[in-house]
Amino acid sequence: MYIKIEGLSRTYVLNNGHKSVALEKVDLEIQQGEFICLLGPSGCGKSTLLNMIAGFEKPSTGSVNIKGELVDKPSVDRITIFQNYGLLPWRTVVKNVELGLEAKIPDKRKRREIAEEYIRLVGLSDYKKHHPAQLSGGMQQRVALARALAVDPEILLMDEPLGALDAMTRMNMQEEIERLWLEKQKTIIFVTHDIEEAVFLADRIVMMTPGPGRIKSIIDVPLARKRDRTSPDFLKIRDQVFAGFELKGVDHTEYYL
Amino acid sequence: MRMGIFRKTAVVVVSLSLLIGVWELVVLTGRFAPSLLPSPAKVAAGIGDLISDGSLISHLGVSLARFATGYFSASVIGMLLGLLFGCYKRIWAFIDPIVQVLRPVSPIAWFPFIVLWFGIGDVPAIVIIFIAAFYPVLLSTVSGVRKVDAIYLKVADNFDVRQPKRLFKIILPAAFPFIANGLHMALGSAWVFLVAGEMVGAQSGLGYLIIDARNSLRSDLVLAGIILIGVSGLLLDRLIRLLENGIEKQWGVSLGGGT
Repeated sequence: MYIKIEGLSRTYVLNNGHKSVALEKVDLEIQQGEFICLLGPSGCGKSTLLNMIAGFEKPSTGSVNIKGELVDKPSVDRITIFQNYGLLPWRTVVKNVELGLEAKIPDKRKRREIAEEYIRLVGLSDYKKHHPAQLSGGMQQRVALARALAVDPEILLMDEPLGALDAMTRMNMQEEIERLWLEKQKTIIFVTHDIEEAVFLADRIVMMTPGPGRIKSIIDVPLARKRDRTSPDFLKIRDQVFAGFELKGVDHTEYYL
Repeated sequence: MRMGIFRKTAVVVVSLSLLIGVWELVVLTGRFAPSLLPSPAKVAAGIGDLISDGSLISHLGVSLARFATGYFSASVIGMLLGLLFGCYKRIWAFIDPIVQVLRPVSPIAWFPFIVLWFGIGDVPAIVIIFIAAFYPVLLSTVSGVRKVDAIYLKVADNFDVRQPKRLFKIILPAAFPFIANGLHMALGSAWVFLVAGEMVGAQSGLGYLIIDARNSLRSDLVLAGIILIGVSGLLLDRLIRLLENGIEKQWGVSLGGGT
């Protein structure tokens, strides 16, 4: 198995000495090239789980293995994309994209070439000399995507990457992320609390519940790409997820003919 | 509220004219001897003399060179030590009490030792400027490093940016908005102590200009010197403000510096 998560728990010790269980005994297997959405309300441990796959946090118990190797620190093979982009405001777009290449590629001209190629891929060639603050939220997230893809990682970890965007930009960016995923064949683990976003993007939706954070169930989304948000099949799976979270009101009306 | 450039200028002109007017009126009452309070016209003539005989340019040049040497060395050393102490909290725990004791001491208090250790000439004034500028830069850098947003460190970890690149490519620029605040404060206090330093130890410079004028009983030149020091200090402050604005605009961040 490509990514194997076994018995993963994370406990935080709070200031008052009490313990808080953010994640409890999570088992999950992910195949190479899969698009996985971790879906759930806040406090369900989805970001904690992502942070441990990234290697930013250490598990209290259990382990994350990728291609048989234990994850114990961050790596350029797994790049995380954050909700607030994590761009360096003192660098231009092209210099931001070059960040991850600086350790890998000593030749300046080659580095610039690769950076510009990925900026073109996300459609921002006209803005390569801009600073992040001069760009809209959606454009900044495109820069973050270009920067992540430029180091050619195997896995992209996305922590509510579209959470700060308005609804229309958000839908555009979902399509953009799907396009990049299809083109670059990366494995993506995508954290969200937006049910429709998860149904649109995921091969499999991992539904999580809080108190303590657990996996409730996993739903396959066998729809062809590119998905139509208004098709009956799409709505059926969306309904299934709503029901899974017990968000669908149970109908008690009596029917007459 | 933003005032137009024209109104702003008008306010400044009116305010300065009022000051000079009141000053002239006090002089016209005749209650103060001209040696105690020279008239605006006499001070203006004094400034004219200082400019025309070239002494202003040479004194100002000397002062600015000392200022630049002291201020920039304090900034560089303050930032480097601040980065180090900011990253290594355990070392800072030992250094912090020493800094807290030394910081409230006026640089001028060190003067007897400065003369013993560094002799006379340019160096004592530079050392005094250094001391005046050093603490604000050091302290703002230490606290700036601590306030660096954790996301930049995560990004650095993720993209495998290692020391010393991490320090100079990530932490220093991320902390710079806070450091800029300290650099600005340091500029003001260093300029204040430049004059003080030149008054006690130097044979040239704006501070010396005032002492020299006093020794030759030229109160008009004393006042002329004071005005020139004020104006050059103001210009320096505007200059650094301009630099800050440029950075703020490009980074889209607020440096939150002084006025």
